[in-house]
Amino acid sequence: MSTTSTTSGPAGKGSPLRKDGSLRKDGPVRKDRGGLARLGPLPWIGPAVLLIALVVLWPVYEMVRTSFLRISSSGFVRGSAGFDKYKQLFAEPSLPSVVLSTVVWTVVVVGATMLVSLALAQLFNQRFPGRRLTRWALIAPWAASVVMTAIGFKWMLNQTAGVLNTLMTDLGLIDSPRDWLGDPATAWPWMMFVAVFVSLPFTTYTLLAGLQTVPGEVYEAARVDGAGPWQTYFRITLPLLRPAFLVGVVINLINVFNSFPIIWSMTHGGPDSDTATTTVFMYQLKNSDIGESAAMSVVNFALVVVMVVVFLKASRWNQEEN
Amino acid sequence: MARSTLAPAETAPPAVTARTAKTARTTRAGAPRSARTLRPRTLLIAAAAWLLAAGFLLPYAEMVITALRPADELRDAGYLPSSFEWANFVDVWRESHLGDNLRVTLLVAAGSTLLVLLVAVPAAYYTARVRFRGRKLFLLLVLVTQMFQPTSLLVGLYREFYQLDMLNSVWTLILCNAAFNLAFAIWILTAYFASIPVALEESAMIDGLGRGGALLRITLPLAMPGVVTAMIFTFIAAWNEFVMGLTLSTVPENQPLTVGINSFIGNYTVQWNFLFAGSVIAIVPVVVLFALIERKVVSGLTAGSVK
Repeated sequence: MSTTSTTSGPAGKGSPLRKDGSLRKDGPVRKDRGGLARLGPLPWIGPAVLLIALVVLWPVYEMVRTSFLRISSSGFVRGSAGFDKYKQLFAEPSLPSVVLSTVVWTVVVVGATMLVSLALAQLFNQRFPGRRLTRWALIAPWAASVVMTAIGFKWMLNQTAGVLNTLMTDLGLIDSPRDWLGDPATAWPWMMFVAVFVSLPFTTYTLLAGLQTVPGEVYEAARVDGAGPWQTYFRITLPLLRPAFLVGVVINLINVFNSFPIIWSMTHGGPDSDTATTTVFMYQLKNSDIGESAAMSVVNFALVVVMVVVFLKASRWNQEEN
Repeated sequence: MARSTLAPAETAPPAVTARTAKTARTTRAGAPRSARTLRPRTLLIAAAAWLLAAGFLLPYAEMVITALRPADELRDAGYLPSSFEWANFVDVWRESHLGDNLRVTLLVAAGSTLLVLLVAVPAAYYTARVRFRGRKLFLLLVLVTQMFQPTSLLVGLYREFYQLDMLNSVWTLILCNAAFNLAFAIWILTAYFASIPVALEESAMIDGLGRGGALLRITLPLAMPGVVTAMIFTFIAAWNEFVMGLTLSTVPENQPLTVGINSFIGNYTVQWNFLFAGSVIAIVPVVVLFALIERKVVSGLTAGSVK
């Protein structure tokens, strides 16, 4: 990659030079500068565009193409499949429940994360002895790999020797150790708990950053005007936190919707596809039929696009309001 | 987020943000009456925070304990093992591909961080300084990349690198990790560059430095906090990356640590002690790295996203 970025300078001196020469008007050009300047934005943003094209746009194309192909398990293309893979996908008996699970998973995890993070941010924004140390502890799930954290929880929930089973038995919460992850009814809540657990640090830090941009005078004024703590929070802090909150929601929506490592590490989406979201289901299909898996990806991808568009609309609306 | 990416010029300069943050802090600190009269409240807050902190560390503490458990005590339900088996760390190193996995993870994390910097710094700088044709389109492209995670493109990525015959290559993982972290780096760096006064560069350019020279000698040193933030975020994200490693590397010795430790999970038995010995080796450096920049995390987020 780095070689491409250096060669794009001199190599581009030929034809794109004339084409891009006209672009110079757009920039605040002050002095006559040499070759590099006459190329316009190309040497500056070219490598970034190339990298995005190679690793993000090409796979999108490849994914859509694969969903219309008949491909053997060893990777040979056997011809066009038309819409067969989509028909096959939509005929999957577990698809409706997988989509429903994905929606519930996303809404519950993002909702819980935002609520808990609001409280955590408020708490860790106070001054108290050991604030620095406790904030370090809060960072651990963010810095540690999600896969490893999820496997850690899987181990703590182990029926024979899991420390959480032991703890809950000792506290009298359950009669005997249980196989929490074997039953979808208990596996889902635990996986949601882990998903919230790993999302909290980033979200809390985003909100903490938002809290620090609120000038102290605002609170001073509220206090002078006789506002109580709850009134201050709902009338002043929350509205001012809105931009940070919005960032938190969006990043979490994307992360949680696409969340794969937690479920994959803890249940592999099983039994069958009972604890799978669309991304996990896609990976399950990849092992049996890559074309159908690609069709699932395209559907999944379309859902992400819808989310992105909704967000862009929402943020523009947000801007107009300001 | 979209706002800051599409209009980085409006982004609050980090310097200013830091100042307001400091003002806020001193105002709060400058109200000792609340600290003195509400002593029990402070204690309550501290207790809650310490309890929560312990809760956040619990899974990792359990990992360390398990990593040190003797193999024949793995099925015991007791909280602590009878003795700590430090040799587990030596054994896991000798009996698995962990060394190879660690090498892959290091190469991928370092390589993609370097690549992101090489690609993102010029792009972010140019976007922050020059209103060129296609600027909006470029920023939209970056935003869209930010929205798409590798998970949603897995099948496409696999097919692409299968056809290029580049599966099981460190270079593939470097390229992929760089590409998916590029958006965040460009976004945060654009905000930083936009906050640095143009006048400084202009005088340098009048003195005969080109735009490249001005960037290298004047702007880049001033934007160092942003560069460091982007670097560390990329490094950590690449270090912890899982799905692309799982999909694009199929041979154990070419897999990163996050994927490699799964080899301790067999069909019937799991070598939990080795699994977590490997995990601890992977987690500790990053947690230390992250703790070191804890303060920068807040200012980095403020500059890049929040305002």
